[in-house]
Order: sequence, then structure tokens, then C-alpha cells
Amino acid sequence: MRTIVFLLRKEFLQIFRHRIMLVLIFMMPLIQLIILANAADYEVDNIRLYIVDRDGTQASQRLVGLFEASEHFEILGYGQNPEAAFNSIQGNETDLFMDIPAGFEEQLSEGGPAAMQVSVDAINGVKAGVSNGYVQAILQGFAMAYAKELAVVEPGTAQPGQLGIEYSNWFNPDLSYDNFMVPGILVLLVTLVGMFLSSMNIVKEKEIGTIEQINVTPIRKYQFIIGKLAPFWIIGLLELSFGLIVGKVIFDIPFVGPLWLIYLFAGVYLITVLGIGLLISTITDTQQQAMFLAWFFLIIFILMSGLFTPIESMPEWAQRITDFNPVAYFVDVMRLVLLKGSGFSGIQPHLRVMIIYAILINALAVLNYRKASS
Amino acid sequence: MKRMRAFIQKEFYHIFRDRRSLLILLGMPVVLVTLFGFAITNEIQNADLVVLDPSKDEMSTEITRRLVASGYFDLYKEAQNIKEVEKSFIFSKTKLAIIYPDQQAKDFQKEGYAQIQLLADATEPNTATTLINYASSIIKDYQMEVNGLQGRPPLIQPEIRMLYNPQLKSVFMFVPGVMTVILMLVSAMMTSIAITREKELGTMEILLVSPLSPAIIVVGKVIPYIALAFFNTLVILLLGTYVFGMPIEGSLVLLLAECVLFVLTSLALGILISTRTNSQQVAMMISLIALMLPTVLLSGFIFPIESMPWPLQWLSNIIPAKWFIIIIKNIMLKGTGVDFVWKETLILVGMTFFFIAASVRNFKIRLE
Amino acid sequence: MEKSISVNQLTKRFGKFTAVDAISFEVDKGEIFGFLGANGAGKTTAIRMLTGLSKPTAGKAMVAGFDIQRQREKVKRKIGYMSQKFSLYEDLTVRENIVLYGGIYGLPNKVIREKSGLMLENLELKEVSKTLVKSLPLGWKQKLAFSVAIMHDPAIVFLDEPTGGVDPITRRQFWEMIYEAADTGVTVFVTTHYMDEAEYCDRVSIMVDGRIAAMDTPYQLKKDFQAKSMNDVFLQLVRPEKSTAL
Repeated sequence: MRTIVFLLRKEFLQIFRHRIMLVLIFMMPLIQLIILANAADYEVDNIRLYIVDRDGTQASQRLVGLFEASEHFEILGYGQNPEAAFNSIQGNETDLFMDIPAGFEEQLSEGGPAAMQVSVDAINGVKAGVSNGYVQAILQGFAMAYAKELAVVEPGTAQPGQLGIEYSNWFNPDLSYDNFMVPGILVLLVTLVGMFLSSMNIVKEKEIGTIEQINVTPIRKYQFIIGKLAPFWIIGLLELSFGLIVGKVIFDIPFVGPLWLIYLFAGVYLITVLGIGLLISTITDTQQQAMFLAWFFLIIFILMSGLFTPIESMPEWAQRITDFNPVAYFVDVMRLVLLKGSGFSGIQPHLRVMIIYAILINALAVLNYRKASS
Repeated sequence: MKRMRAFIQKEFYHIFRDRRSLLILLGMPVVLVTLFGFAITNEIQNADLVVLDPSKDEMSTEITRRLVASGYFDLYKEAQNIKEVEKSFIFSKTKLAIIYPDQQAKDFQKEGYAQIQLLADATEPNTATTLINYASSIIKDYQMEVNGLQGRPPLIQPEIRMLYNPQLKSVFMFVPGVMTVILMLVSAMMTSIAITREKELGTMEILLVSPLSPAIIVVGKVIPYIALAFFNTLVILLLGTYVFGMPIEGSLVLLLAECVLFVLTSLALGILISTRTNSQQVAMMISLIALMLPTVLLSGFIFPIESMPWPLQWLSNIIPAKWFIIIIKNIMLKGTGVDFVWKETLILVGMTFFFIAASVRNFKIRLE
Repeated sequence: MEKSISVNQLTKRFGKFTAVDAISFEVDKGEIFGFLGANGAGKTTAIRMLTGLSKPTAGKAMVAGFDIQRQREKVKRKIGYMSQKFSLYEDLTVRENIVLYGGIYGLPNKVIREKSGLMLENLELKEVSKTLVKSLPLGWKQKLAFSVAIMHDPAIVFLDEPTGGVDPITRRQFWEMIYEAADTGVTVFVTTHYMDEAEYCDRVSIMVDGRIAAMDTPYQLKKDFQAKSMNDVFLQLVRPEKSTAL
């Protein structure tokens, strides 16, 4: 025990001596959290629209007016020439353009259908889909209103039966992206910092040779490993705490469930993550290699965490892969506890998997860590 | 020149001796493109659905059947009461619950009105909205059918053209993004670490006192990474076009030239980082936190820049990846020529010179 | 006399290459044993096996009464080690390094405090005790590393090229420290390629291509080889044809 205290002291002294490391460990992630949470937003807004109105009638003007009034669109230009509109998409100035041909009003007044054209830059498929949805909604609203005025719906026909649909968005009634992204990004940052620090640390001692000196001492494997991992475990939890405070103060993230559950899970989770880092450092010789391997695993963990794209959308084989992704579990626990207010029983399955994971990974890492070369 | 060759050779040895890193360097693009191409989509399918249907009459069972048949939903469970519905949101991956009134069909026939309730797990707002939209439109279709209201022509018939990506494939978005990330990683991160490594091991001093000029040392260190990055570019392009059907509408020569330009920009950035740090760990943390995450998140790779708050939109301008992504998309998908990308190209060139100038300045200060 | 180290047919092979080829020798308690050889002769491999950093392929060795194969951790309590690569933490201060290693070897806090005080005084490092090791001159670092290596009063201290790259005056001082340590009964096992240092040893063994080519007191070796200095002895062993030509 006493030996571990000495080792811990050493690690902390080394960490705190590198001012720049401290800044990187604590300040950067928080700044990132604030910036990224704002950036990582699937909401599609400020769609840049170019309008070609070749009809120039009251009806077409009215339709244009509806687009002008919509909060989703930002009108970039008006014109008479579809060619110019297309060029502005080509040049990335516009996301979509709408072409109302001459005779639009006439066709409308005859009861339709009135032709028009909407061209969307669809490279970003999601954005294109959403933009199209907005366009359709406006067009439909316009058509409805116009139809009423034309009295296309003949009065007197029997009122059709109606299925009323009432929906509610549970756990996040305002559909706030921050509620969704901030805890997730926090998980990513804690994972990044933990995994990189632990994977690079032992390799660094290998590289500069101090590990030899440690290896000839009677230090026990487990003492050395605890001495190495505990500081990062503490740093990870501190980081999580700062992140949660930022989340609460700046983004007003709801804390519906009990926070101690988050910490309980994070404690086990960090042991897993640090264990992966440790495992990486036992099988590599240079920091460059270690960083590489860590990066490789991380990018897969992150992309398949369910944070950026829903896990349910993945094909079956990919979903099976996510069963082995610790990040996905933590992201889910964050949502369960913070947003859904789950109690212990809700996260129990996650916790169980994580405990098994932690034990397996660390056992593997300890077995792999040799004080003597063969 | 001969010296230079020997030196570059040494750097290649470093890279090729290290099989593991090489494997990752070469394998990563393949893994990433494949993952993005096959596994990572925003299209929602097979979302778990919970049904609370007290009456089980022909209407409610028909709606449920249609929801499941649509492919968007999987019937996860039939709940008996609202408590069970609530629970399933926490204890399973249920995304949507549909709650029918007690006597749906009767209500509908008698009163001409029946109220259906949709409950979505909105922790993922996008998924929630999308699922509610899917379900609503299926229900509305059914209602129209029941009322015999199908077939009336709409008042406006807009023709929607999805330019450049008619099937709205997400791969088209992700291939340029992945390419950017990989090039950034190989060029900026790897060089900054390779150089700081020599500093940390003290071998940099030995090189610096050798008759090689510092510029040659740096160039020598960097050339192998240019080669690697370029090789990765080719692999990604091949995968993108042959496996995922991504077009290269514009000039291939121009595209490759732009890739080389971006590699240079990233290398210059990596060198700049290495002139400011002495330890690999710091270099790595800076590359990771100050380069990688912004490259992924602020470049328009995943999230559209136009939707961000204005300070971030402004910030995105200083991120080289943003300009590169615009260039690639223009050339590959829109088929535009130099006339549409010269501005972005100039910006990248300017950035490259700025980074090199800053590195030289730092280097000189160090020597004094 | 009690043997401090006894090595029997110790062998280390890396694939087909035999780095250490069935060497056998014994070292007495309190002896300063010089382990000489050209670069690549197998000195470092041998020392790494004796300190438990590397597992032998074959053979047996007892260090401080313990088997290096089966009682590796027990051996480690009894030995000190200073490698040719500088092995203190550069980003810790002088005192922090001393305290760390004291703690690792399980010395009580009081002893650590006493020892570090004494050590700083002897090494005249008191003023710089709060300086990072990084900024010390190499000679000071080596002396500090040696003091740290014997802080826990080991039975044997292994020194792998301890004076590499150090100026002659510091080397002298370093050897004085070695003598002082040997006087207290510590066995010193030192590798070097400075032949003048070989003269300071009680006994030396000279390794050539993984084998021990000669082993005796410097005096006896010079007599046997009819050489004026240890350097001549060494040259005769390593390059027999050349030295006879001389």
C-alpha cells in the first residue's frame, strides 16, 4: 500500500510539472465540450434558398412570401434565370433553389396540378431530406389555404372520419439537442483523455528507459499498474465532474436520475478504458505506435457509439460489434440516468457488462505486462 | 542530394520496420470507409415499437400491422398498461410507443373521431421526430383509405430534384470527410509526433549538428508521410468509387493535385506543432484535441456548418479541412473545374505558407 | 568465503544468435568485480539476466543467495542497479527521485529523510535538491543515480557502464564512491569499457563473443599476458593477431 502511495505521488508530480499537459487535460476538453456541443447539431437551419419566380403573379408572390417568412430558410437571391440559380448551387452559395415557371397561377386557379421545380444540393443526404421536408410542408400549407379560397373542397359532402394523432416527446419534450449531445460528448472526452494518457504513459517510460530501473526493484506488478492507472482514474472522474458542471450551468442539462449512478458506472467504465490503454502500452514499444493503436480503436468506438448515428440504423453485424463497444454503453447510461431518470435497475445490465469487461481487459493487460523479457 | 536520399531512406525504414503502425496506417482508411459506408447511416430502420392496444379491433390491429410492415418498426412488445410502456423505455431499446383508445373502431365509426397517442423516446431528438413522422404518415394514409379519399390530384405538383446524390446516400457525405480525417491524421499528427520523438530521444540534436541543413532534415522526415498519405488517398478513392458507387465527375488530375495540396497544408501544420513542443505526449494531445476533433466536427464532415451558431461558423473558416471538403465535393460530385474551387485552393495555399513561415520563425527563435 | 554471485553455464540466445554462451563465474562478498568486453560482447545481456530483467535460455545463477529464475522478486530486494541509459526521472527533482526510490524499496519515512539528507550533503547537491534532474550536469546525475541505487543497502550493486560520457575527474570521484560502498561490504558488479577503470577492480573478467576469455586479478592478468596495462591484455584477447604483431 505504501509503495503505491509513493508511485501515485510520482505520477501526480510528473503530471503537474507539465503545465501544458494540465491545460490539455482539463481546459481543452471543457472548451471542446462547449464548442462541440454547439457544433454537433443535426438541426437543419439557415437553409440558403435561391428563388426563381418566372410567373411573377400574386399567387407566386404569396408562395415566395411564405418561404421568406419561414425561420428555416434564408433567401439568398431572386432571379428570373434557372441557369443562374443552378450556378449558385454549383458554387456552394445556395443549398436549394425553387423554380416557379410562368403559368403557375393559371394552373392553380384551374384546380391544378400546378407544376414547379425544387432542386436540392443532396450531397449531404440528411440535410437534403430535411430541407425537402420543410419545402413540402410550406407547399402543402399553401395549397391547402389556396384550395379553401377556391373552395375546391366541395361543401356538403359527408365529413370523413378522422384519426387524431397526438404525440409527445418523452424525456426531452423540447427536443433539445444539447440534452442529447452534451452528455455524449462528455463521454467521448473522458474516454479520449483516459485512453491516451494511459496508453502513452507506460510506453513513455519504456522509451526513455526508466522502466528498467523500476523493473529491477522489488515492486509488484499490481502495485506498478495501480500506481499508473489510479492517477488517470482520478483525473477521469474529475474531468467528468467538470463536464457535468459545465453541462448543468451552460447547457442546462436535466439531471433526472441520481448522479451517483453516473459515478458508479463511470468508475467501472474508466477502469475498462484505462485497461485498454494499458493493454495497448504492453504490446507497443513507442509512443507513436501506442497512439496509433489507441486512435484506431477510439475512432471505431466513437463512430459506433450511437452518438452521431443511431445504433438501430446499423445493419445487424454492425450492431453486434457495438455490443463490444464500451463507449456505447456509457453513452446509453448517461441518457438513461440523466434524461430518463432510470434507477439502479435500469443500468444494471450495462453495469454488469462493464464489470466483466473491466476484469477481462485488465487481466489481459496484467498478464501481458512483463517485468522481464524472455 | 545523396545525403538527402539516405536520410529519407532512414525515415522509410522507421515506418516500414514498425509493422503494427504500418498496418494501422494502411488498414485504417479501409476500415473507416467501410464502416461509414455500410454501418453508419442516419436512415432509421427496425426501431423497437411497443403497442398498448386494449381493444384489439380490426382498425388498431391493421394500423399495427402496417407500421411493422413498413420496415421502420419492429414490434418489440404488447404492453398491458401504461406502466409497462414507461418501463420498456428504460429497460429496453424501445423508441416509440403507440397507444390506441379503448374502443378505437367503435369511436371511429360512431363519433367519426378516434384519438391515437404516439410516445417517442426523444433523448435522440432526430430519431424521435423521424419516427413520429413515419408513424403519422402511415396512419394518415390508412385514414385516407378508410375514407375512400385516395386518388385526388394535389393542387401543387412539385418536381423535386435531388442534385448530385439522388438516392441521398450518406456515403457521399462521408467519403470526402473520411479522406480529410485520414490525411490530417497521417500528415499532421504523424509528422508532429515523428519530429518530437527525435527531440525527446535526443537524436534531433545529432541530426542538427550534422552537415544536413534543418530544412532538409524536416523535408526528409516529411516525404515518407507524403507518400503514405497519397497512397491512402488512392485507396479511399478506389473504395469510394468501386464499392460505394461514388462518382468522380470532375478532373481526376485536379482532384489529386488538391489532395497533395491538402497533405502539404497538414504537414506544415504538423511541423508547426512540433516546433512548439518537446514531448510526444503534448504533440499528440494538441494534434488530437486541437486538430482531430475540430476536423471531424467543424468542417462540415458530419454536421452542416450553416446550421451552427455564427461564432462557430466564423471559427470553421480557420479550419483547413473545411475548405478541402468543399473542394473535394465540388470536384467529385458536382464535377466543377478550377473556376469553382480557385478561391478555396488559394485559401489552402495561403494557410500552408503561413504555417511554414510560423514554423521557420519558431525554429529560428529556438536557435538563438 | 560466502559467495555473493555464482553463475553456472548461464546462456542467452536470441533466435540463432547466442549473446551469452554458457558463462560460469563466482563473485565474493564485498568484491569489486569488473566485467569487461567490447561492445556487443554480451556484457549488458549478462547483467540484465542477473538483475532479472531478462530470462536466461539455459544455465543457473544465484544472486545474493537466491535463484534468479525462481526467486526473481527476492533477488530484486537484495540488489541495486544503475543502467547505462540514465534512469532517474528527469522531470522530477533530485529530492523527489530519492524519496520515490526509497519508497519503492519500502524504506521507512524516517530513514528516507535521514538518507536523503546525508546523500545530498555528501554529493554537495543540497542547493539543487529542488532542481529538476533534467537540468543537472551528466556527472552529477550519474553520482546521484549511484547513490540512489545503493540507498536501500543492497547486498550487490550492478553498474552497467556507469561512467560513460563522464569527464575524468568525475570518473575518479565516482570510483571513490564505489570504493566507499565496497568498504561497507557491498559487492560491486561493474561493466565498463574503460580499461584504466579495470585496474581499480579487485578482479576482472573479459568477455569476447559471449564467452569469458579471461578472469583474474588485474595484476595476475597483466603478468599472464606479459602486458604493461589492462589495455594490452584486452587487445591481445580481442585481436590476438594484431597484438602479437606489435
